[in-house]
Amino acid sequence: MSVQPNAVSSSPSTSNSANEMRAQLWKDNLRDYGLLGSLLLIVLFFYVITEDHTSVSPVNVTNLVMQNSYVVIMALGMLLVIVAGHIDLSIGAIVGFVGGVAGSLMVYEKMPYPIVIVIALVIGAAIGAAQGYLVAYAKIPAFIVTLGGMLIFRGLTGNLLLGQFVGPFARGFQNIASGFIPDITDISAVQGALPEWAHIKWLSLIIGIAGALIMFVMALRRWLSARAEGMDPEPLALLIFKNLIFAVIIIGIAWDLSLYKGLPVILVIMAALALFYGFLTTRSVAGRRIYALGGNRLAAQLSGVKTERLTFLTFVNMGLLAGLAGLVVAARLNSATPSAGNSFELDVIAACFIGGVSASGGVGKVMNVVIGALFMGVMNNGMSLIGLGIFWQQVVKGLVLLAAVYVDVYQKNKG
Amino acid sequence: MNAILEMRGITKRFPGVIALRDVNLAVEQGEIHAICGENGAGKSTLMKVLSGVYAHGSYEGQIVYKGEERTFASIRDSEHLGIIIIHQELALAPLLSIAENLFLGNEPGKYGVIDWSTSFRRAKELLKTVGLKESPSTLITNIGVGKQQLVEIAKALAKKVQLLILDEPTASLNEADSAALLNLLLEFKSQGMTSIIISHKLNEIAKVADKITVIRDGSTVETIDCHAEPISEGRIIRGMVGREMAERYPPRDVEIGAELFSIENWRVEHPQHAGREVVKGVNLHVRRGEVVGIAGLMGAGRTELAMSVFGRAYGRNIRGKAQLDGKTLDLSTIEKAINAGLAYVTEDRKTLGLILSEDIKRNITLANLNGVSTSGVIDDAREANVAQQYRTALRIRTPSIHQRAMNLSGGNQQKVVLSKWLFAEPQVLILDEPTRGIDVGAKYEIYGIVNDLASQGKGVIVISSEMAELLGICDRIYVMNEGKFIDEMPAKEASQEKIMASIMRQYGAQS
Repeated sequence: MSVQPNAVSSSPSTSNSANEMRAQLWKDNLRDYGLLGSLLLIVLFFYVITEDHTSVSPVNVTNLVMQNSYVVIMALGMLLVIVAGHIDLSIGAIVGFVGGVAGSLMVYEKMPYPIVIVIALVIGAAIGAAQGYLVAYAKIPAFIVTLGGMLIFRGLTGNLLLGQFVGPFARGFQNIASGFIPDITDISAVQGALPEWAHIKWLSLIIGIAGALIMFVMALRRWLSARAEGMDPEPLALLIFKNLIFAVIIIGIAWDLSLYKGLPVILVIMAALALFYGFLTTRSVAGRRIYALGGNRLAAQLSGVKTERLTFLTFVNMGLLAGLAGLVVAARLNSATPSAGNSFELDVIAACFIGGVSASGGVGKVMNVVIGALFMGVMNNGMSLIGLGIFWQQVVKGLVLLAAVYVDVYQKNKG
Repeated sequence: MNAILEMRGITKRFPGVIALRDVNLAVEQGEIHAICGENGAGKSTLMKVLSGVYAHGSYEGQIVYKGEERTFASIRDSEHLGIIIIHQELALAPLLSIAENLFLGNEPGKYGVIDWSTSFRRAKELLKTVGLKESPSTLITNIGVGKQQLVEIAKALAKKVQLLILDEPTASLNEADSAALLNLLLEFKSQGMTSIIISHKLNEIAKVADKITVIRDGSTVETIDCHAEPISEGRIIRGMVGREMAERYPPRDVEIGAELFSIENWRVEHPQHAGREVVKGVNLHVRRGEVVGIAGLMGAGRTELAMSVFGRAYGRNIRGKAQLDGKTLDLSTIEKAINAGLAYVTEDRKTLGLILSEDIKRNITLANLNGVSTSGVIDDAREANVAQQYRTALRIRTPSIHQRAMNLSGGNQQKVVLSKWLFAEPQVLILDEPTRGIDVGAKYEIYGIVNDLASQGKGVIVISSEMAELLGICDRIYVMNEGKFIDEMPAKEASQEKIMASIMRQYGAQS
């Protein structure tokens, strides 16, 4: 008996729609690639234009990571706030205020820094809770609430510090922002045994390579399981290409870091937070509900999502991260200053929008926001290196923000 | 033959799809021309081509209007020649007055200064033409949706309309308002105005149309001359779906069991006006396997009743007792109501039912994320599986569960909303206008889903403004008016006349 082959010929209409789906997926991906490509382009641009390629020197890359850590940290919180359909203008002021309180407690009250860190984070969260209450339950627009918060906490910081710089801080505290993870080669016995060429910080290089590998394997597994479910993932070649670029970036940075002082503590904190929020936004029930809330608040509400509590929590989370950023900034400057955190909210919000977060809520990815923050960071750093005046830097950043959002909106309207 | 409009061989392509394929439409001066077709057949696309929303050059074919070929680059061009389209979703500014809305975009006056006295005088005339007695200074938000529709028509008159296009004009109107609107159209016709009407309500079309063009899958199927042959709904449906539909409603053969859900002396106050009762002491019960209808005019308080039961989604100071299987329920939040076994499919799927920017999968699992997750972490594979199952079971026509909800037709969107609530595994499903604005074929399928649910021993409550629908799918019908249940009848003994009579009787008793 001959077995009939399963000759399933798809009708033209279904293959048409499948093509349509593929086109849609391709378009969604295109944006991600565009963002990544632009980041690579400006890195390349500054590599070419800076003297001796300073922009990619180990010292500069280490600096870049440290300088921009606060933007990345707060952008993760801001992503959730914007996705939920709100905005937070107060975070720069919270950075200043929390830094001021923490500095005063350590310097004037001689409080040990681990306790101060806890207090500072609680203060940040509490400020977020107060603002979140007004937004979520009292239904005052977030723009107004956080504009008020911005004025209040900027003013309180001024009153607290009275124009003084408060510092310096204990070494342990400073390490949050400017310390490095001890490397195996820091042990002098090991160091002595190594040949000259091997005097690099191996740990960061190893972690960088491992990280790139893990990322690649995970992406491949996701792709395979998507295909197994009969979805239509992007072409394999594209996936490999994309992850290859990621790998080159990660290993490149790791290599640079290993040539200088190794893995900065703050980079580890940042990476851990990025992974956590990546998980929260893509895999957790809570994250899913935030996106639903931002996409259509009423529909989410009628589906049993506690929209008010969720909105409240996104602001608490934002306050907490702003508190952490406040500590990082104080630790990096080794002093609390009245102007710390000035206009940070603008960098953070810009990073989110460059990263493709929709201003009307419901859309945005952690990975892209991190790239957006890096984009801003590379631009700031590069423009300083080539000696562009601070005011021109602002002009350029403004133009880049508009261009990025213009491309977004243009694509959306066209499609 | 005196055609005011001829569209010849219109083909409109979107990336990957052909929305219209060689469509022909000829509309004669002074007639009411209906366009019928299932959702997604291409009716709205055709009207967008006509009105210049899709500019000349983005489609193939010819538009001849008043004897000349036209190449509209935008909606402004077509409006300039008196082609006015009134969309299903009304485009009025709610916080502006009627007069301001009427002349929005072409305000009477000079040098940018509005001439208010002219504007009010002309507004008064226009309102009179459409039979509205409201003052021109009334805010749009303060008049009902039926009157808003009339304001839209007055606005079209203000723009010196020659060809009026109405897209689902009566979709959100009750029967009385619909009848008034249709009469107005007939009156305009007698004065020589030409209109094109798109509607799913075939009985209305049969009543007013001179000609009916039927579109199916982006192509013209036929144009029926209503004066040449007697026209029936069955005749139109045959053209739309390409076959005779013997039954508009699937047969019901369900065993009705014990009492499942009840509310007693349910009272709800208006959320903004404390003390004003919107629901005034309603008693309702549903048995297992029973489909119960709530009939009534718009504003009777049906949606308010349903939403207040569903976790106090509407109203304040809600009192009354709710029971499921003899146990008193705590319905103080939506989450509790869902957990107690209630589900509510809203009347407005776009603004209250769906997250349009998200895909089908995410919409389906939203009300029961715990069903696809373990300790707060979503299992992607399980979620995709669930979505796939519902897509197949409810025959949601889409290439993939990753399609965004905004890209679906009305019927498919409604099926996604239904899937969401079926997956939440309710005991009692409340459906509010479940088939509004969706086509005959999809309606039949949705009725089938309702039947299946009932046969599993669940209770279903249906709110609908289409009385024929209630008569067709329900076992028992409550009649609601002004916040009260004024009558109750088995569907077998009910008729549209009987329902209307009991509503009218109440008005009679009052005066």
